[in-house]
Amino acid sequence: MSEDIYVLGIETSCDETAASVVKNGTEIVSNVVASQIESHKRFGGVVPEIASRHHVEQITIVIEEALKQADMVPAELNAVAVTEGPGLVGALLIGVNAAKAFAFAHQLPIIGVHHIAGHIYANRLAQEMEFPLLALVISGGHTELVYMKEHGHFEVIGETRDDAAGEAYDKVARTLNLPYPGGPHIDRLAHESSHPVKFPRVWLEEGTYDFSFSGLKSSVLNYMHNAAQRGEQVAPEDVAAGFQNSVVEVVTAKTLRAASQYNVRQVIAAGGVAANKGLRASLEKEFAEKEIPFFIPPLSLCTDNAAMIAAAGTVMFEKGIRGNMAMNGRPGMEMGSWI
Amino acid sequence: MIYLGIDTSNSPLAIALAKDDTILIEETLNLKINHSLTAMPAIEEMMAKAKIKPAELTHIAVAEGPGSYTGVRIGLTIAKTLAWSLKIPLHMVSSLKVLAGNGQFFDGVICPLMDARRGTAFMGAYEGESLESLIPDQHSEVSEFLNKLKELGRPVLFTGIDIEIHEAVIREILGDRAFFAAPQNRLPRASNLIMLAKQSAEQDIHHAVPEYRRITEAEANYIKAQGGGES
Repeated sequence: MSEDIYVLGIETSCDETAASVVKNGTEIVSNVVASQIESHKRFGGVVPEIASRHHVEQITIVIEEALKQADMVPAELNAVAVTEGPGLVGALLIGVNAAKAFAFAHQLPIIGVHHIAGHIYANRLAQEMEFPLLALVISGGHTELVYMKEHGHFEVIGETRDDAAGEAYDKVARTLNLPYPGGPHIDRLAHESSHPVKFPRVWLEEGTYDFSFSGLKSSVLNYMHNAAQRGEQVAPEDVAAGFQNSVVEVVTAKTLRAASQYNVRQVIAAGGVAANKGLRASLEKEFAEKEIPFFIPPLSLCTDNAAMIAAAGTVMFEKGIRGNMAMNGRPGMEMGSWI
Repeated sequence: MIYLGIDTSNSPLAIALAKDDTILIEETLNLKINHSLTAMPAIEEMMAKAKIKPAELTHIAVAEGPGSYTGVRIGLTIAKTLAWSLKIPLHMVSSLKVLAGNGQFFDGVICPLMDARRGTAFMGAYEGESLESLIPDQHSEVSEFLNKLKELGRPVLFTGIDIEIHEAVIREILGDRAFFAAPQNRLPRASNLIMLAKQSAEQDIHHAVPEYRRITEAEANYIKAQGGGES
């Protein structure tokens, strides 16, 4: 009989201040997220300095709430896990310094977690992971295909060479005058279209699992610009559907091909864009046909949260990985294996 | 009573420990260091040297700004998290007042200054042993603030590591009423911070935020775009 492990997770890499307690890396005991989205809306995107200011306002409130909801005291925790990177530097270092101060005050081990590893491990809070595994991480800041042989092993086999998928969604949404964040609005509009505009599919060179979305984004912008010059009315739903179809087709095809080539037992999706209904439906349909198990965690675990950081941190804790008081926020942190 | 003082509001790192009215240890690093990386290890090391455990701390004192946005936030995040974790009082002191502490016995006005680029600075004016505020801390055109000081008609001691940047304009506006702190009196000292914190009220930890003394560029531009008043 082994003892239960409780890890406090802290996440401040972008515009959510979050804290959570997770048991044994699989069970959410508490999960608190303070979103700043309302503050950034009027600027049409996340303003880093404003994000940092909000994190300082929220950080102890959110941690206290996570402990309160878990009905736990710090002495019952085994470790503190915090997002070390990648992300906005000023935002990251609020979480990192709060985590260090908390760990120091209670003399607890501290563990620095890669944000993407967190997104992947969000799945483990809904469903146990089966290896080898392929993870599609798709969000406002990331678009990556990650192959995992076992816990703590990460091999990035494909990634975006320019914009993240979510970034392209936001930019296209802006040209369609949709509110920020634009992803859900495009997704909703796309379902209303009967004549989607045909935009190019960006496959890049043969065999690569990398992505590129800036060319597609430019095509959409050009289309809008040309229509405006000719004085033509553009149906926003047809543009939204055309853009979304292009993203979904390429992402689905590359994920499918990677899953076959790497002969994985499970495919999981993670990140805010994984909640996109069009993408979700396409992936679910294709993997069902291929009979490869495919999972997407609930929406609350797709977007940024601290439970995923605690879940990943628990596996690192079990592998004996420890940080120290010299930990820093690492905006460009590379994803490394823990084994 | 054991106080821990932390000032990371500009490039220097200043930390100290005091037991009652005795300063046990104090450190000031005036190096181009990254506070996020170095502040906690420095605190950990200092407390180990003084053989004081985190649970033995009874008060946390922090310089609340103004200064570098990121710098101030690091100190404040560490301070409020420590105070909240240890369930002990948090005290906040103006980062300019901490600097003013370097001129405590100057017979005249003490003007701490932190450069904020484009001819602007964070400045304040203090006087006397108890460092009464004469002109509130603010972000200002340097020349504009100097003219306010000139109107006081008294000698002014400038302190802070950035005073050299503005030496010419200070001499131009204040002439021989301008005095410049010696190099050893230009750095923030966390011992000053702790002594000033002792006279300050306890803060609501959860709602403790830096005194930035300036809105963000994004907000200023937004206000301008909305046709609002001053930016």
